[in-house]
Amino acid sequence: MKLWLARQRYLIDFTLASLARRKTRNLGLLLVYTVLVFMLASVTLYTHALRQEAARVLAASPEVILQRMVAGRHDLIPPGYQEKIGRIRGVQKVEGRLWGYYYDAVTKANYTFMVPAENAPAAGEIIVGPALERSRGLARNNGISFRSYSGKLHTFIVADVLPQASELVSADLVLMSEASFRAFFDYPVGHYTDIALSVANPQEVRNVALKLAAALPDARPILRDEVLRTYASIFDWREGIVLALLSAAILAFGILAWEKASGLSAEEKREIGILKAIGWETGDVIKMKFWEGLLISLTAFLVGFVAAYVHVFHFAASLFEPVLKGWAVLYPRFQLTPHIDGVQVATLFFFTVVPYAAAVLVPIWKAAITDPDSVMRA
Amino acid sequence: MRPADRALLLLVAGIGAFVLCFVDAARLRAAAGADDAERTRLVAQLRLTDLALFTEARYTRHPSQADLHSAFQDHPLALEHFPTGSLIAPPAGLTDSSLRVGADGTATGDAK
Repeated sequence: MKLWLARQRYLIDFTLASLARRKTRNLGLLLVYTVLVFMLASVTLYTHALRQEAARVLAASPEVILQRMVAGRHDLIPPGYQEKIGRIRGVQKVEGRLWGYYYDAVTKANYTFMVPAENAPAAGEIIVGPALERSRGLARNNGISFRSYSGKLHTFIVADVLPQASELVSADLVLMSEASFRAFFDYPVGHYTDIALSVANPQEVRNVALKLAAALPDARPILRDEVLRTYASIFDWREGIVLALLSAAILAFGILAWEKASGLSAEEKREIGILKAIGWETGDVIKMKFWEGLLISLTAFLVGFVAAYVHVFHFAASLFEPVLKGWAVLYPRFQLTPHIDGVQVATLFFFTVVPYAAAVLVPIWKAAITDPDSVMRA
Repeated sequence: MRPADRALLLLVAGIGAFVLCFVDAARLRAAAGADDAERTRLVAQLRLTDLALFTEARYTRHPSQADLHSAFQDHPLALEHFPTGSLIAPPAGLTDSSLRVGADGTATGDAK
């Protein structure tokens, strides 16, 4: 074992000296390789963390949301609708939700007006989301006026601002009392925007949705699972778009690495010939080149991955943020919680380190098994 | 120190930094526990269904609750006009013939 270790150390010594003879070329390759791993790792780390964040946060959303459709469009829930749902076996709790959109011409952004089921503010007061607080320069006890869709001006006092920590889900929220909401939107009494349902047995959610669809043909049930799938598909799509844009860079690197790894220069061939002439075995030459491939690809992978981790979770992925997050007038500020997927890291490792290390070996093996004299003369 | 030892030391340092990423991720996850709980509490209390990422229009603010995400939904000539639209996948039914929206009586969530 000791002998084997000493042998590997000598081989590495020789490999490093050989790499140093073509310093510029090898450093250039290492730099491009590292940047590529950095970009791929940044995209996968970021989208995976965002997907996990969405899944974790929305796991607390209602089990079923029931909308009523009229002529294919979302319509208000009329009085009496909730009673019909309550009679369906398996439904535990039925709550009407009141919410709607308001376009604010000042910030050119849409706000989501909503009535909380518990702890609603007093009439004439509102609780606002953190992004809205920033964009309108609001503070507690400030007054703010909104012109309603009927043309009347309504003034509200900001009773509170939602915590910064919740910004990912509450950036544009304006919470108000039921009376204020109905007065602002001229909402008919007894009508609701949609209905949130909870189901006694989580295994029965899909059956309950089918019963709802059968009992109320104009209803559209949306399950929590479907909400989660929607977000998973959004971030998959984004990741795909970025990777598609990066594919040109990946291809360019592939060509560069293949050219470097598979085509031996005359100088390298001569080097192999001399090594064989002075008594190196084919196995030694291959081991030396294996170390070369491994040192370059492993260094590139480790440096690229660590840089990507720091970039995504300590510098908020500032290089890819605009593409990966999207944008909006009221964009939430949030820091992603790191979630590293072992399978993704293993895949990245396999597709960046292994092909290069393998591509180095084939031409070396070909050169190493030929006669030293003919290799040196070539 | 021999070049081989220096190189191996650097590789070991790199592997150490790689492992540290996982340790740091666990530390940040533990530190974010209170913020996570706050977000989850608000989602449960307000019965929220969507992230407030894209606030341009109703179908981008609440993609999971919107009408099917399609062109012409605002008026007959309304093609997609928000940048978000280009980043949200088209309905699965358009790309996968085995998936049909509402086939089982419910909306398929990934087809928004």
